[in-house]
Amino acid sequence: MSEASLYFIQQLVNGLTIGSTYALIAIGYTMVYGIIGMINFAHGEIYMIGAYTALIAITGLATLGVSWLPLILIVALVCAVIVSSAMGWAVERAAYRPVRGRHRLIPLISAIGMSIFLQNYVHLAQGSRNIGFPLMIQGGFDFGGDDTFRGSISYMQMTIFVTTLICMTALSLFISRSRIGRACRAVSQDLGMANLLGIDTNRIIAATFVIGAALAAVAGLLLGMYYGSIDPLFGFIAGLKAFTAAVLGGIGSIPGAMLGGLILGVSESMTSGYISGAYKDVVSFGLLILILLFKPTGLLGKPEVEKI
Amino acid sequence: MLEVQNLSMRFGGLLAVDQVSLDVNEHEIVAIIGPNGAGKTTVFNCMSGFYKPTGGKILFQGKEIQGTPDYKISRLGLVRTFQHVRLFSRMTVVENLLVAQHRHLNTNLLSGILNTPNYREKEQKSLDRAAYWLDRVGLTDMANREAGNLAYGQQRRLEIARCMVTEPRLLMLDEPAAGLNPAETKDLNRLIISLKEDYNVSVVLIEHDMSLVMDISDRINVINQGRPLASGTPDEIRRNDDVIKAYLGEA
Repeated sequence: MSEASLYFIQQLVNGLTIGSTYALIAIGYTMVYGIIGMINFAHGEIYMIGAYTALIAITGLATLGVSWLPLILIVALVCAVIVSSAMGWAVERAAYRPVRGRHRLIPLISAIGMSIFLQNYVHLAQGSRNIGFPLMIQGGFDFGGDDTFRGSISYMQMTIFVTTLICMTALSLFISRSRIGRACRAVSQDLGMANLLGIDTNRIIAATFVIGAALAAVAGLLLGMYYGSIDPLFGFIAGLKAFTAAVLGGIGSIPGAMLGGLILGVSESMTSGYISGAYKDVVSFGLLILILLFKPTGLLGKPEVEKI
Repeated sequence: MLEVQNLSMRFGGLLAVDQVSLDVNEHEIVAIIGPNGAGKTTVFNCMSGFYKPTGGKILFQGKEIQGTPDYKISRLGLVRTFQHVRLFSRMTVVENLLVAQHRHLNTNLLSGILNTPNYREKEQKSLDRAAYWLDRVGLTDMANREAGNLAYGQQRRLEIARCMVTEPRLLMLDEPAAGLNPAETKDLNRLIISLKEDYNVSVVLIEHDMSLVMDISDRINVINQGRPLASGTPDEIRRNDDVIKAYLGEA
């Protein structure tokens, strides 16, 4: 394989890695939008809290002398998922449910307020400097090249792929097969009617927040390990990126969020690889503007058809 | 079974419903008719908990329900349809019937993930019930189509089936025959009578199709400009001078 094509594949691998985590976070935005039509701007903070919880769990286990890696990872994952889910539930209950059904701007402002609150809470509780995240999964394997350039996939990247794939599959099955998934779809299509048929719509909405938060927590752990450090603003930029991914794919559509995440990740890594890392945010948000201009419903979103 | 006493509903300066009373007994089909804008749907909206009436009482099986939120009213066994079709159009036909049974399947998340025998048994029961009602309204062949792709008449039948799987005591149909052709109206006619005869459900319906109303109703209430105008059996209503005047205008 030529060096140029190796380099391309390497960028693709990097892009898909980052993109799949964007997709995980984007699902939270898209599900909440699909069901109650609001943008949960505190979602990035839920993800950040997931990363912090995982780090606290890892540190805690280390002081207890636990050194078996799979155990550490599983405990960190479970802790992060539980804490973030509880957070997602609490945020919905405290900040969104009381203002649901009001003018669109009100829940939006409430969400931004919640985001600032959570960010500052972590600032106070954990300090504002970035904290190192132990690189627990190291090494990788080369897929080609010679001494001048090697294409390689790290085990960390593979962990991210596999975990994301498992989460996405589980979510798709849950939405299409399970009873609660079915109710979620019904509520997202016609909340009033679902209510009339006796579905506890409040519970379904809460479930949506919890599912989104759980996936964000998984992404928090993965990206924490991938980047090797976290800080209280960790969720802000990732949240914006994931939101972009959700809009790109068509907000409200779960496959759209997955696709949007991957496209965004790949376009960022290609920009870094071929132009300059400094331009990658320009490209991703430029992409957002283009999509909004030319296909406002996103790649897989369906335009709302007003029936007369 | 259902008793509406002196119901009033005021929107700002507009008194949309003024002192309307009606009652529905077990095993009975009652129609509400009246010119457009008479306040029929407003009465429905009060009965189904969509509006909180500004005056009067609504008793369902002896309990006052005015102002109770809609989802609680539907759990009491009082279920309605709307003038326009409100199916979950991007879900399949059978899913529409399954999701309507959601509250009957009160199991938690974990039992679904673990696929416990209890979960499977309940899921099977709701599938059986859905299959029964699909057959009953002649939509078995369409079970796995998206509901939004059905013909209009089929969608209306599916809506009634979706109400029936919730096992209601009283069914409220808002213009069920609107937009149906004569053959479909006849089918609907038979279906509504069979709901009463075979499933012991009472029905309240709003309808403009007089042949349907006269055929199937046990009693009819006429509302005009928000006020009760007449009530009685189809024969009595047919001969009532006030009703004829309201519908045809004064000579």
